[in-house]
Amino acid sequence: MSLIEGETGSWEMVIGLEVHAQVISESKLFSGASTRFGAAPNSQVSLVDAAMPGMLPVLNRACVAQAIRTGLGLKAQINLTSVFERKNYFYPDLPQGYQISQYEKPIVGNGTLTIDLPDGSTKDVGIERLHLEQDAGKSLHDQDPLHTYVDLNRSGVALMEIVSKPEMGSAEEAGAYVRKLRSLLRYLGTCDGNMEEGSLRCDVNLSLRRPGGPLGTRTETKNVNSIRFVQQAIEAEARRQLEILESGGTVVQETRLFDPKRGETRPMRSKEEAHDYRYFPDPDLLPLELEPAWVEELGAGLPELPDDKKARFLADYGLSTYDASVLVAEQENAAFYEALVKGGKKRDPKLAANWTITNYFGALNASGETLETAPVDADKLGGLLDLLADDTISGRQAKEVFEAMWESGKDALTIVEEKGLKQVSDAGELGAAVDKVIADNPAQVEKYRENPNVIGWFVGQVMKATQGKANPGMVNKLLKDKLG
Amino acid sequence: MSVDIDTVRRIAKLARIRVEDAQAESLVGELNNILAWVEQLGELDTEGVAPMTSVVEQKLHLRADAVTDGGYPEDIVANAPQSAHGFFVVPKVVE
Repeated sequence: MSLIEGETGSWEMVIGLEVHAQVISESKLFSGASTRFGAAPNSQVSLVDAAMPGMLPVLNRACVAQAIRTGLGLKAQINLTSVFERKNYFYPDLPQGYQISQYEKPIVGNGTLTIDLPDGSTKDVGIERLHLEQDAGKSLHDQDPLHTYVDLNRSGVALMEIVSKPEMGSAEEAGAYVRKLRSLLRYLGTCDGNMEEGSLRCDVNLSLRRPGGPLGTRTETKNVNSIRFVQQAIEAEARRQLEILESGGTVVQETRLFDPKRGETRPMRSKEEAHDYRYFPDPDLLPLELEPAWVEELGAGLPELPDDKKARFLADYGLSTYDASVLVAEQENAAFYEALVKGGKKRDPKLAANWTITNYFGALNASGETLETAPVDADKLGGLLDLLADDTISGRQAKEVFEAMWESGKDALTIVEEKGLKQVSDAGELGAAVDKVIADNPAQVEKYRENPNVIGWFVGQVMKATQGKANPGMVNKLLKDKLG
Repeated sequence: MSVDIDTVRRIAKLARIRVEDAQAESLVGELNNILAWVEQLGELDTEGVAPMTSVVEQKLHLRADAVTDGGYPEDIVANAPQSAHGFFVVPKVVE
């Protein structure tokens, strides 16, 4: 909880997030039209999605399963009876004139998300509910100066609205929440978490209060579409509310929009009138009753989730909390790391973690490649680590070899042989080089007697004499022995 | 439960139905008659009785997740007052 210092004293941010996560499914929540992204306008619309008279919604079983799996991943209560209701409002991209959603009886109740903070600590954030609802169509405002174009392909695609409790106290915590939720959804395979394509959208509820005091009036900032914008929107809105409160004004409860270009929030005009949604149970849909056996079956089929994987990485591999958190954030990254550690000879888990995070992920970022397209896979990187582990090459050489591997896609041993990089670890050969450097530099030997740090100079000379191929650890040891 | 003229105007506005003032006056009476009639249900004691959601004993039908529909954008926009390039075209709504 970070406090904001104002002129009249300190304030505390209270943040709750509503995340709309598009469910991964082949077809829509209530119709058999495809959910594929990027198709030609209105080509994935059934008469149900277009709200033609007389059409009836039929619920998609897989979407229900995805909501249950997500609820179980959030350690939440699964409600065996839930009810679909109509949320009524008018907008051009909502042909029904209402959204089928869940209100009083959502499919998932109270749960918990454990967020990972940058300092390595964790915090439990309460989940209030998760419910299933239809997405709206898409309005394009920039195609024509006088008109809005409407594409209903997204109309009726299943969304999970995941509502947190107002238990976050800073932009940093909110960012960590979205990151963790996205990671969890990807592990579960229930949402692809792609914020650019709008598969994950975030509404920010924020208010300020005196530390420990009663809650202040909140505002809701809608449709923030990246983690960075979530954090910026929170900073901007907190600043705005602070100015109002400090000057004795009152915050108006309203819906706002974040403008990333200006870095500020502004009121959303169209929603002012629309707050009366007149929810009522959808007469076209009976209550959704779940068989407990089905919920159990779905629970048994869940993959290992990020928190469990992190705990296992800490226990089995002795990694730092930071390294474990980075590695488990994405399932594919964790799988890469485990393939690396478990492949080939016995590999040092910490060394493997360092190489994976610093060198390998660094190269991925710099080159824009992905795990699938990268020229070096876990097997090849493992080959490099093995050469490092058996002293064939030094750490410095390993970096050079890794760069060459990334360029050429060749394996480590081939490159080491091609470049003649093999580290010299032969005691006889190195001993001769060490003897020569000592014999040639009696003055330095004298200095060493007074100051043992001078050994570094000798190591440098031996490395030079061997064109950098000498095993530095061995040279050090030989020098210490011979210099006495 | 009963409605006054402001509520009638508000409901009309929310439903996007134009109601002239003269009509609104008579609608107050009509709607209140309907509400009073429905309110007779309140005379029954329904304490402890679960709401009935269907007159026949049946469960919500779930369908398999398969693409079985769509692919006819011309039909979808066929009745639109205006369309272009497969889109519905409506008066500008700016946010």
